[in-house]
Amino acid sequence: MKLLYFAWVRERLGKAEEQIDPPAGVATVGELMAWLARRDEQHAYAFENPKVIRAAIDRSHVRADAVIAGASEIAFFPPMTGG
Amino acid sequence: MTTTIRLQREAFDVAAETARMTRGRTDVGAVVTFTGLCRAEDNGEPIAALTLEHYPSMAEAEIARHVEEARARWPLLGVTVIHRFGRIVPGEIIVLVATVSSHREAAFAAASFLMDYLKTRAPFWKQVEKATGPAWVDAEATDNAAAERWSVPPPRRHEAAK
Repeated sequence: MKLLYFAWVRERLGKAEEQIDPPAGVATVGELMAWLARRDEQHAYAFENPKVIRAAIDRSHVRADAVIAGASEIAFFPPMTGG
Repeated sequence: MTTTIRLQREAFDVAAETARMTRGRTDVGAVVTFTGLCRAEDNGEPIAALTLEHYPSMAEAEIARHVEEARARWPLLGVTVIHRFGRIVPGEIIVLVATVSSHREAAFAAASFLMDYLKTRAPFWKQVEKATGPAWVDAEATDNAAAERWSVPPPRRHEAAK
């Protein structure tokens, strides 16, 4: 699946997107963030406080307990500050 | 109802946008516009400019969903939402929400509802240019509270009309 990153999440990772293939045990958005945080230093930094990070699956807001199966695009970003 | 949703880098003319919504119509009794401008300060610190990052496909989808929600709640004749992205300097327009209805209550309420949701749900992020360097703007608790007040929906007008 494709991951997209925005604002300071993107900056901490040093990239705006990546393709990943998480193991079967990673079922929810929250578990995906925990798995990503274990990948390397940049991911650990970006996801050090997952409570403040928002997520969207296929362009809709979701909570951390949302199931990622079937998702083609998952985005992670800080709380929004538009308007 | 006519709906216009645009995400764009360029500045735009508010008067031209609202004129386009009412041209040739005689059923419009109220036009409410909210225009959000870039200020020269953030939390008491001067800024030179702000840069808006966004998630284009989701921003369009999310705004369209909330325009539909507004349309279900109030009898609207038209909605325009224009949100800029990229670098914006103090004094320039960031966002326009314009609502058109036969009566003012619906137009006021729908414009307020759409702005509250844009602030907290539309995927845009502001970074400001301070003397100390670039800084991401923190989300405001007051914006979340403002959006929360719409979370208990009133009776939908289609149901209320029954």
